[in-house]
Amino acid sequence: MSLADAAVGDVFVVSHVVAPSGAPQWAQQLEDIGFIAGERVAVMARGVPGGDPLVVRVGLSTFALRLAEAACVRLAPLKTETAQ
Amino acid sequence: MTEAVVHLYRGGPLLALVGNPNCGKTALFNLLTGSRQKVANYAGVTVERKEGKLTTPAGKALRVLDLPGTYSLHPRSPDERVTHDVLYGRAIGEKRPDLVVCVVDATNLRRSLRLLLAVKRLGLPCMVALNMVDLAQARGVTVDAEALARELGVPVVRTVGIEGGGDAALRATLDEAALWRRSSASAGTGGPAIQATGADHDAVRSILRRLGLDELIPHTLSDRIDRMVLHPVLGPLLLAAVLFLIFQAVFAWASAPMDAIKAATGWLGATVGAILPDGWLRSLVVDGVIAGAGGVVVFLPQIVILFFFILVLEESGYLPRAAFLLDRLMGGVGLSGRSFIPLLSSFACAIPGIMASRSIANPRDRLVTIMIAPLMTCSARLPVYALLIGAFIPRLNLWGVLELQGLVLFGLYAAGIAGGLAVAWILKRFTARGQVRTLMMELPTYHMPTLRNIGIGLWQRVAIFMKRVGGVILVLTILLWFLASFPVPPIGATGPAIEHSLAGILGRALAVVFEPIGFNWQISIALVPGMAAREVAVSALGTVYALSATGNDTALALAPLIAQDWSLATALSLLAWYVFAPQCLSTLATVKRETGGWTMPLIVAGYLFSLAYLASFVTYRVASALGAAG
Repeated sequence: MSLADAAVGDVFVVSHVVAPSGAPQWAQQLEDIGFIAGERVAVMARGVPGGDPLVVRVGLSTFALRLAEAACVRLAPLKTETAQ
Repeated sequence: MTEAVVHLYRGGPLLALVGNPNCGKTALFNLLTGSRQKVANYAGVTVERKEGKLTTPAGKALRVLDLPGTYSLHPRSPDERVTHDVLYGRAIGEKRPDLVVCVVDATNLRRSLRLLLAVKRLGLPCMVALNMVDLAQARGVTVDAEALARELGVPVVRTVGIEGGGDAALRATLDEAALWRRSSASAGTGGPAIQATGADHDAVRSILRRLGLDELIPHTLSDRIDRMVLHPVLGPLLLAAVLFLIFQAVFAWASAPMDAIKAATGWLGATVGAILPDGWLRSLVVDGVIAGAGGVVVFLPQIVILFFFILVLEESGYLPRAAFLLDRLMGGVGLSGRSFIPLLSSFACAIPGIMASRSIANPRDRLVTIMIAPLMTCSARLPVYALLIGAFIPRLNLWGVLELQGLVLFGLYAAGIAGGLAVAWILKRFTARGQVRTLMMELPTYHMPTLRNIGIGLWQRVAIFMKRVGGVILVLTILLWFLASFPVPPIGATGPAIEHSLAGILGRALAVVFEPIGFNWQISIALVPGMAAREVAVSALGTVYALSATGNDTALALAPLIAQDWSLATALSLLAWYVFAPQCLSTLATVKRETGGWTMPLIVAGYLFSLAYLASFVTYRVASALGAAG
């Protein structure tokens, strides 16, 4: 499952990042801003029509991402404090 | 982007401030160098390198560079490339820094420290300024600077960029000779600085774990505000209300101070007119300087109110949220939310707006943003709008709450925005195929705007405005007075003398072009100096009409004069002209500099002129047909 499918408020950890072939640079860029394996993420809010873009908390930062960008971030369930 | 690099301060070791966007580099820079660079609460305020001078406690003179913020050493956009190039010693006209001060946001150590590890690998002497320790403390995060220094192997000092004296520890450390020595282990000139981000991330996390700082404490107040501001229904309503309030306030709050300034210039004109003997000197001072420049000063209160709101929005951190809310709308015309902040800056002035477009990664989006930035109504247009609205639109209250004048002003701004979106949409049809558009925009924590920063920002705007009034506006007004007064009419000529002057003749020639859109020769002549600065059109009209007045009633108030002389259709046509016309040469010069050639400025000037002429033509014809030409 990817960040694009996550419900608002549910906390996950990043499993890995996959960039689409049309925008291979997104993988690096998403990592640069903090989407790194093991980091906690949650969707905070969704934009008005179609839920795009969305507001995402990663670590302590808040970012606005497009749905397509969020879809690059694959999630794993949050294991209570063992990953930390 | 090529530009001449002018070193303000020659010689001296070079210190560069590097850090994530919005971590307080510029605030710290201002504190260190005594500069007054623009600070705001969103990523990408600094888009070029800024230079200042600093003297350490021991008297060592240093050059300080403030670099655009970056998340990593992989540049995404033109502004991040500046930072990248300087750190690698590839920037044209700039040597490699002798010391890098990594500005680290104490409220977000994870991300900040990742960048630090990458910078450290460059092999440059390096230290950490642990910034925003006050905010971190307020959230219950206490960072042990010494322990962090041991972990990182570089000196760490605590700083508070927004507080006088918050840089004392940093200044003192700069005198330590050991700091400036390159560590022998990494003495290379830019080895492989880039490593897997994941490895750095793990390193940072283990450091933070050892310091007991790996707990994530989010800013709950920001989250609560965001629940309102980013709400699917409330959010857009709130944004509309905020923007609308601004335009209402510009008219409603400004009327008292404007009346006072008007009375003061009127009194000054009458007094000076009574003292000076009748003749050309009196005409120059009263008709030229006081009627011209005074006519522009009147609009200072409105500009102050507009900037007050813009500064509050910038400081608070609301702007990126607005960009988020508008992202879909912008996507519809082939742009992204990232274009919103450059475009919003253009409401102050298109020049910083065009420069702010450097933070847009997609080159096509950046060009389109530059092209439509002049359509956002800059503050220099406000005097022209205010003059015409004040003269032609009645002061009416609609439904008891809305002012008609404010509503018309809102409409003019909306027309500019609609025009910009339409142009972007047309360009999308031709150029946006297969474009990858990245948003990935940070929403910073909210800050309460500080009175001090708002005060400084407002004072700078007042100073810039008054400098323009005393500089280019005054000079052009005087020049126009000469053109409008000489040659003197032949003996026995009838009508006002100005009709026989150079300006009168030139105005008549131009009026041939502008007559179809309803402009008389007085307007035509005022448009020419308006090219240098838009407000000059107001002072030029003031001078032209003061000189045209027959008899002794040299009225200083321009508004009633034009209300009498122009038809409503002409006034509306001129308003339409001002919405679209490319009227300041500095903007076109900035477009040329930012795009590196004459093509874009010529295209911009050409399309804006055509658009303005077309809009005015339609407005004038429609208004005339509806009976407003009388």
